[in-house]
Amino acid sequence: MTCRSAFIYSDTMLKYHFHANHPFNQTRVQLTKELLETSGILNEDDIVTPRQATDDELALFHDRRYIKAVKQASTGSLSDHDAHQYGLNTEDTPIFQHMHEAASSLVGGTLAAVDAVLSGQVDHALNLGGGLHHGLKHKASGFCIYNDGAIAIKYIREHYDYKVLYVDTDAHHGDGVQWAFYEDPNVCTLSIHETGRYLFPGTGDVNERGIKMGHGYSFNIPIDAFTEDGSFIHSYETALRHVIEFFKPDVIVTQNGADAHVYDPLTHLCSTMETFEAIPLLAHKLAHEYCDGRWIATGGGGYDMWRTVPRAWAQIWSVMKTGQVQTGLLPKGWLDTWQDQAEVDLPTTWHDTPNIVPHIPRAPDIIEKNEVTLRHALKYAQTEA
Amino acid sequence: MLVEEIMTTNVRTLPPDASIAEALSMLQEHRIRHIPIVDEQKHVIGIVSDRDVRDASPSIFDKRQDSITMQKTIETIMSHPVVTVHPLDFVEDIARIFHDQEFACVPVVKSGRLVGMVTEKDMLYTLIQLTGTHVQSSHIEVKVPHRPGILPEVTEIFGQHNVNIVSLLIYPYKDDPNYKILVFRIQTMNPIPIIQDLRNAGYTLLWPNEQMGPQL
Repeated sequence: MTCRSAFIYSDTMLKYHFHANHPFNQTRVQLTKELLETSGILNEDDIVTPRQATDDELALFHDRRYIKAVKQASTGSLSDHDAHQYGLNTEDTPIFQHMHEAASSLVGGTLAAVDAVLSGQVDHALNLGGGLHHGLKHKASGFCIYNDGAIAIKYIREHYDYKVLYVDTDAHHGDGVQWAFYEDPNVCTLSIHETGRYLFPGTGDVNERGIKMGHGYSFNIPIDAFTEDGSFIHSYETALRHVIEFFKPDVIVTQNGADAHVYDPLTHLCSTMETFEAIPLLAHKLAHEYCDGRWIATGGGGYDMWRTVPRAWAQIWSVMKTGQVQTGLLPKGWLDTWQDQAEVDLPTTWHDTPNIVPHIPRAPDIIEKNEVTLRHALKYAQTEA
Repeated sequence: MLVEEIMTTNVRTLPPDASIAEALSMLQEHRIRHIPIVDEQKHVIGIVSDRDVRDASPSIFDKRQDSITMQKTIETIMSHPVVTVHPLDFVEDIARIFHDQEFACVPVVKSGRLVGMVTEKDMLYTLIQLTGTHVQSSHIEVKVPHRPGILPEVTEIFGQHNVNIVSLLIYPYKDDPNYKILVFRIQTMNPIPIIQDLRNAGYTLLWPNEQMGPQL
């Protein structure tokens, strides 16, 4: 199957850069883009250059006082007291010059992806610079300044009146987007993540199901630390099939954090590339079955930036463009370009070998516990037979 | 933390001569499980639970709805004397009452008069706050030798990284009196620099972070 797809990219995305030692590094987007180009599946015609989001667009979700504070931080004129109040200048979201422009260009990227798909120009669009799902209405949080996912969904609701299914497979709970639509029955959020018992942000329990009119439209599948491919993929596929059949969306927005991988330094999950192949394959299939193909995908977390993220994210595009995942060897040209700069040995194949996952003594218990959690979460997504 | 900080002050009460039927409808209407029975001076003279009322109600299988039973006064089925607590009692102490006495609610009494109620649910919410899971944060457990001065040594590492501690608990380490477990929730998504410094300082990290080192 060949679909019409758009790859959102501009070098300005790389300016979202806190400092050299910060784990969130947008060089990941460049690495992915070049991997795809060298593989011959991304060319100039596919690329859409995004704009910067306007203040009014940011204000679809964020408080205007917060936007003003980010602008002040951007030029170095925000007081310490205000910075603290808005979650800025912390270890997670330190202030850097022109942070407002950098953050709003990532939002512009996700809005460009929405426009490309919903105008009918393309079936799918990918903005790997987006997926900043922790951003709160008036607070920066967890490496995220503006929440492009929440803004884009508000934008869809405003301009198209489509029912939106948001699917978040980042290892961290997609809390910012969940809270943004917690009362909204037209936006259904599904997040699969490592349990918040140990991991940031701590929320994402099964019993967070939405409130008021939105009750029943938030789904959370918190999986145990050290979960491996089999259980992750089973949880994802079962949950997504159930929820999409229950909600019947008009468009799917996915957040594709790549930090559930065993190499990821920030989380305790043990997925390999197999998980990151299964994720876009099913999203793609169901977008065609339920949404006439309308699928917008973003990046997100992913802190093993050399070995994991470029391959995981490249597979999303591969599925959008060709309907299939890439297999076999990675292109030599890409490895030659980047191996010198990488602090680790780059992998040579698209797949991982199973021996990269350490022995998990309690694997059967973890699988069983995840299954119980999944059943519990999906009790509420039963459609009438 | 004191009882007065977590108690409910808007308490539904009944006089001793109210009927069981009135108690039943109050329990259902306000979705509560306990009603303190008070006299005109607000002295607590008894308490009824939803279970007491249910036990007194006719069986749903009994076709002859026995309205006479339901018109009996509440004092005929209330429990008394009542265990009460003072607003200045400690939350830890009511936890012990709930655990030992196996009931789930105590009236709070000051100068002989009812001023509030505390339920197991109120206490559990306090526990949730103590463990810090209501704020965006990451969780780290450290095993430390049980000796004076250890806490500031460990927390200094968090301070150096300019990271807020949302909650801190100290547990015993299994049956070994020479060690304690410090449980932190810290306001950052990136605990790695702290984990590395803790490890460099010779502390042992517990599950799940003890496995993060070798796989990096």
